[in-house]
Amino acid sequence: MAIGLPHYLTVAAILFTLGTLGIFLNRKNVIVILMSVELILLAVNINLVAFSVFLGNIVGQVFALFVLTVAAAEAAIGLAILVVFYRNRGSIAVEDINTMKG
Amino acid sequence: MSLAALFFYLFAGVAVASAFMVIASRNPVHSVLFLILTFVNASGLFILIGAEYIAMLLIVVYVGAVAVLFLFVVMMLDVDFVELRQGFLQYLPVGVLIGMVFLAELVLVVGSWTFGAGVTGAVTSAAPGVSNAVAIGRVLYTDYVYFFQAAGFILLVAMIGAIVLTLRHKENVKRQSIPVQNARTKAMAIDVVKVPSGKGL
Repeated sequence: MAIGLPHYLTVAAILFTLGTLGIFLNRKNVIVILMSVELILLAVNINLVAFSVFLGNIVGQVFALFVLTVAAAEAAIGLAILVVFYRNRGSIAVEDINTMKG
Repeated sequence: MSLAALFFYLFAGVAVASAFMVIASRNPVHSVLFLILTFVNASGLFILIGAEYIAMLLIVVYVGAVAVLFLFVVMMLDVDFVELRQGFLQYLPVGVLIGMVFLAELVLVVGSWTFGAGVTGAVTSAAPGVSNAVAIGRVLYTDYVYFFQAAGFILLVAMIGAIVLTLRHKENVKRQSIPVQNARTKAMAIDVVKVPSGKGL
């Protein structure tokens, strides 16, 4: 059986599910939550690139590039916030992040 | 099974297995290393369908920058990660339930839908005769040039934000100050002391 679009969509769906599962399982660890978000964005990128290639339209890959940009910016800002929070509170547990009483 | 199919199953299997290990591993350092393995395998998948530019970008940006940034932060913070894993089993049932619901929905979406006439079964080149990077550049720098500029601004804001957030001025750290150096006069710099002979200071 030739490898077609459904194969790539299935891989992306599994990666997306694993990302959401990671957010639920590691609810106390912000670093693993950020890594799960990266997994979800990777699944989105796989979808975009697969559709772009199988439709013969390059725009999907351009949008994958923008998603990549936003993901990199998000990781940088998220980790910077994490470092500042650890410096102030000495902990990165999610339930300790209640300073703003949100 | 053709060689391409064999490599697809290899890359896809390793990517899914290492993505599972990202969320299941006890040590966050191992999680980051499995994340790197996932990204490398995903870029292998991209190379298989002829999206070389995104594949190389994934290696350079994700493996080279983002994952290493994660690794630095994990190693820099002295956190008791065993304590953070408390409640892993407590959240397991609801997490697996929600994951299964998500996966079932996605499988239903992918499985129950027939592809239209525009979707070919095989890989099609968007711009025949030129490489993937050239084809992306032709679209990116013409139709999407404002989006490209906006992406640049996002990265600039992220860079400035990260620097502003993590910069701190410590006390007792000597820094060079050019105006102070230039404003020095002979009177400020030299202190003439009259030493009485035979007594010392």
